Amino acid sequence: MPTAFQRIYTRIEDITKATCTVKATGVGYEELATVHGQLAQVVKIVGDEITLQVFTGTEGIPTNAEVVFLGKPPGLQVSDALAGRFFDAYGQPIDGGPQVPGQWREIGGPSVNPVRREQPSELITTGIAGIDLNNTLVTGQKIPFFADPDQPFNPVMATVALRTAADRIILGGIGLTNDDYLYFRQVFEQAGALHRIVSFVNTTEGPTVERLLIPDMALTAAEYFAVEKKEKVLVLLTDMTLYADALSIVSNRMDQIPSKDSMPGSLYSDLAKLYEKAVQFDHGGSITIVAVTTLSGGDITHAIPDNTGYITEGQLFLRRDAEIGKVIVDPFRSLSRLKQLVIGKKTREDHPQVMNTAVRLYADAADARTKLENGFELTDYDERALAFAREYAEELLAIDVNISTEAMLDTAWKLFARHFTQTEAGIKQTLADAYWPQTEA
Amino acid sequence: MNTVQSGTKGTVHGIISNLVLAHIDGPVAQNEIAYVEHEGAELMAEVIKISGGLAYLQAFESTRGLRPGAGIRFTGHLLEATLGPGILSQIYDGLMHDLHAMTGLFLQRGDYTSALDLDKEWAFKPLAEVGQQVRAGDWLGNVDERGLAHKIMVPFKLTGQYTIASLATEGLYKVQDTVATLTDETGQEVAVSMLQKFPVKRAVRAYREKPRPFRLLETGVRTIDTLNPMAEGGTGFIPGPFGSGKTVLQQAISRQAEADVVIVAACGERANEVVDLFVEFPELDDPWSDRKLMERTTIIANTSNMPVAAREASVYTAMAIAEYYRAMGLKVLLLADSTSRWAQALREMSNRMEELPGPDAFPMDLPAIISNFYARAGMVYLNNGATGSITFIGTVSPAGGNLKEPVTESTKKVARCFYALSQRRADSKRYPAIDPIESYSKYLEYPELQQTLNEQIAPGWTQQVNELKSLLMRGKEAAEQINILGDDGVALDTHLAYWRAEVVDEAILQQNAFDEVDARTPLQRQKYLVELILQVARTSLHFEQYEDIAPYFKQLINHLKQMNYSPFDSDAFQKYRSALDDILAERLLQNT
Repeated sequence: MPTAFQRIYTRIEDITKATCTVKATGVGYEELATVHGQLAQVVKIVGDEITLQVFTGTEGIPTNAEVVFLGKPPGLQVSDALAGRFFDAYGQPIDGGPQVPGQWREIGGPSVNPVRREQPSELITTGIAGIDLNNTLVTGQKIPFFADPDQPFNPVMATVALRTAADRIILGGIGLTNDDYLYFRQVFEQAGALHRIVSFVNTTEGPTVERLLIPDMALTAAEYFAVEKKEKVLVLLTDMTLYADALSIVSNRMDQIPSKDSMPGSLYSDLAKLYEKAVQFDHGGSITIVAVTTLSGGDITHAIPDNTGYITEGQLFLRRDAEIGKVIVDPFRSLSRLKQLVIGKKTREDHPQVMNTAVRLYADAADARTKLENGFELTDYDERALAFAREYAEELLAIDVNISTEAMLDTAWKLFARHFTQTEAGIKQTLADAYWPQTEA
Repeated sequence: MNTVQSGTKGTVHGIISNLVLAHIDGPVAQNEIAYVEHEGAELMAEVIKISGGLAYLQAFESTRGLRPGAGIRFTGHLLEATLGPGILSQIYDGLMHDLHAMTGLFLQRGDYTSALDLDKEWAFKPLAEVGQQVRAGDWLGNVDERGLAHKIMVPFKLTGQYTIASLATEGLYKVQDTVATLTDETGQEVAVSMLQKFPVKRAVRAYREKPRPFRLLETGVRTIDTLNPMAEGGTGFIPGPFGSGKTVLQQAISRQAEADVVIVAACGERANEVVDLFVEFPELDDPWSDRKLMERTTIIANTSNMPVAAREASVYTAMAIAEYYRAMGLKVLLLADSTSRWAQALREMSNRMEELPGPDAFPMDLPAIISNFYARAGMVYLNNGATGSITFIGTVSPAGGNLKEPVTESTKKVARCFYALSQRRADSKRYPAIDPIESYSKYLEYPELQQTLNEQIAPGWTQQVNELKSLLMRGKEAAEQINILGDDGVALDTHLAYWRAEVVDEAILQQNAFDEVDARTPLQRQKYLVELILQVARTSLHFEQYEDIAPYFKQLINHLKQMNYSPFDSDAFQKYRSALDDILAERLLQNT
């Protein structure tokens, strides 16, 4: 809540594209203010010179504009009434509904003490084999989809969100196109899931810098539900590349020296502060973050995906499989770092070996394909590996497959037996004895 | 020399992110620690520059809400580690505050807890005599710290010769109780307790000499121990793109390595990885003693969401603790994951200070900072002739997986072991993804280490290792030829060379860190495996056509893998071994 009195200043000394500087006293760092009616935040204090970053940009701001300090950092009113609602980057309703009553919380608050964390151990199933079989997700995990802009990452993410057993889904739409925003609204409404969803959306029509508030807003709401309501919260952040782009714009305007790919040197810390909000608490509440990082031509060495990969617990790589003409979760470049905590423990014992064997055999097929492309003759083994790869992609990897993990394992065994001998599959003998299909269908 | 005048006060003049500009009313020292008052709490900060009468402080906390005019208290000392019994099995933040002792689910600014339990009583046994001449680092007594003989030493800060004037008798003492009084050459008395403080950025020099490393540090990871061994007191680094298995590898080393004390600095990495350690380590047995793993481990957790400035401090805090235990004559293993995050913290600060940047916007003195840090590792002869060691392994997270970046390049100049994780190996799930050809251990060239290996493992061991390496080399060439000319375009011998390297790769290099048996291979078993594989490789086999070669070797590899998964010398192990001999013999018979 704003403090009793608000201080008003009217002499702006400097105006740049993004900031203005005013002489004032008693102002706190990162405090919010309005400049000419626009929201702004304190980004620098030297003596009585206060530099404010105006979220919408400084266009049209006069030197005699009214600057009102609000006495608090950006925040959000949290309560159960957030459910089913759509908000902008400042936490204001954009769905025509009323203001949400609740307790005021600062956004971007403190981090969880690492020793108060619980080791994530609860499986999340999506029905997608590229995820459940090869890259199993766990509550409290943070993982992005790496996808080129032309890939259907938003529909895939909506599918994942609706199929998981999350108590609460928080959507952070960062620079969503209006079409995608409407898509999410429609999908959530049609699924009858609106009551467990909270959305914070900045569309491409909104000012770029505003975007920087979206993930913090979404995560503040998530912390409310996970900590106080002990819920399993799934946070969807799309598209984090646009978030990073906004960071680079701000740092550029603040005259900071850019590091790799024109990104600010603090990109890693900035992203980590968000992603590390993913957490499992001992009381059962958790925050799981599934994000989207769009790539340029599949290049993961760019600073944004690169820093993201070092922070998140794996990545899910979307790729169109030329062989079957469908989008798959690429088994080579995807990874879930937390899968070791659940596979073979919360799932069937053969899960780890089946997963590895299938990927290895799929790799053999990729080698065979290279040979084929180079005009070499294929061996019998190569031919069988290729046949296996086709069926593996069709029956398991394709994003439209929706089966239980157990069915995925059975399918994999069936494919092994159809195309390979036990020696070629090279699975631990005790498991092969138990699961190798006796008769080939 | 370790203290500056204290009592200086200041007030906040400006705030730019975590940089605080301060007016000061007296002398302050570069890198002095200060506390900034904010809403009833005190935020820790360090002086990093003095200019135009203003002190520039980097706050170790968020500065949100801080206002000009807030009071600042300067402490008169640098950033120090608190050293004494009770460090093992603790989890500290980067500034050595006990994370368990903090209240609440979230880290609150200014919640600074003591590194040591000040109320716990320790059973002290004197090790020295009254009247004895001592110097910094000399042992005065002994306490049992979780099964480890923890030496109480003459504080590192003391310079020159001292005489023991009094020494506590055997009994229970708290860490702040006086256990000895020393007199210096002028007769001045110094009271010594079990707790001492030492600046983290200053190397402890309480030892006689630092020889070249000459002993092996066994890790149980075959591709390290066999091919590119780490020496006790050595330095190494593990660069690799994300997803190449850096963390899994480092955790395997931290579990299995032959060390008395393991310090893990989680520097700017994922919090869940720290959780893995403190959930699993209390349950796991130390393979080298009858303690639990946690009892030999200390974790410095400055995860990526914790304040950036403290991240830089965290690696130094870890090193200071390592040096403390080394001075007790112990084998310390220090792991830092990741040194790139530390370098990035330096970059963020240097950028905020508007210093002229070096390559990739890193500070110009980055190479010097890295090399000074690595130089603090090493094996030493203490003043009493005992040996102690710090083996340091850091991971590097090169931007974009490109090894031609400042942190990797600076580290490569100083670290003696290079374990390059290869994206290609990781993509094909060949873990650990250490590239056997790119990687190296300079220690393998040290005659003193070669001698130890040949005595400890087997005569002629180093030649065997070289034979393995040339098998891998020839295999790589063969693979390239096959790729260019096709399966039928090369001689059968080329296929054989390729597959022999595959045997080495599959059975020695690849190791399943998640399999109970395979995860750790003791040295004797590595010796057995190397001999067996060289025997396989030396067996001359004859094939009519190349199509027969792959299935044959896959069968061999499968048997070797099953052996790796079976307990050494168990029935299952022997069964696969004799089946393997049969396979080899069968092929020989057909061709005689």
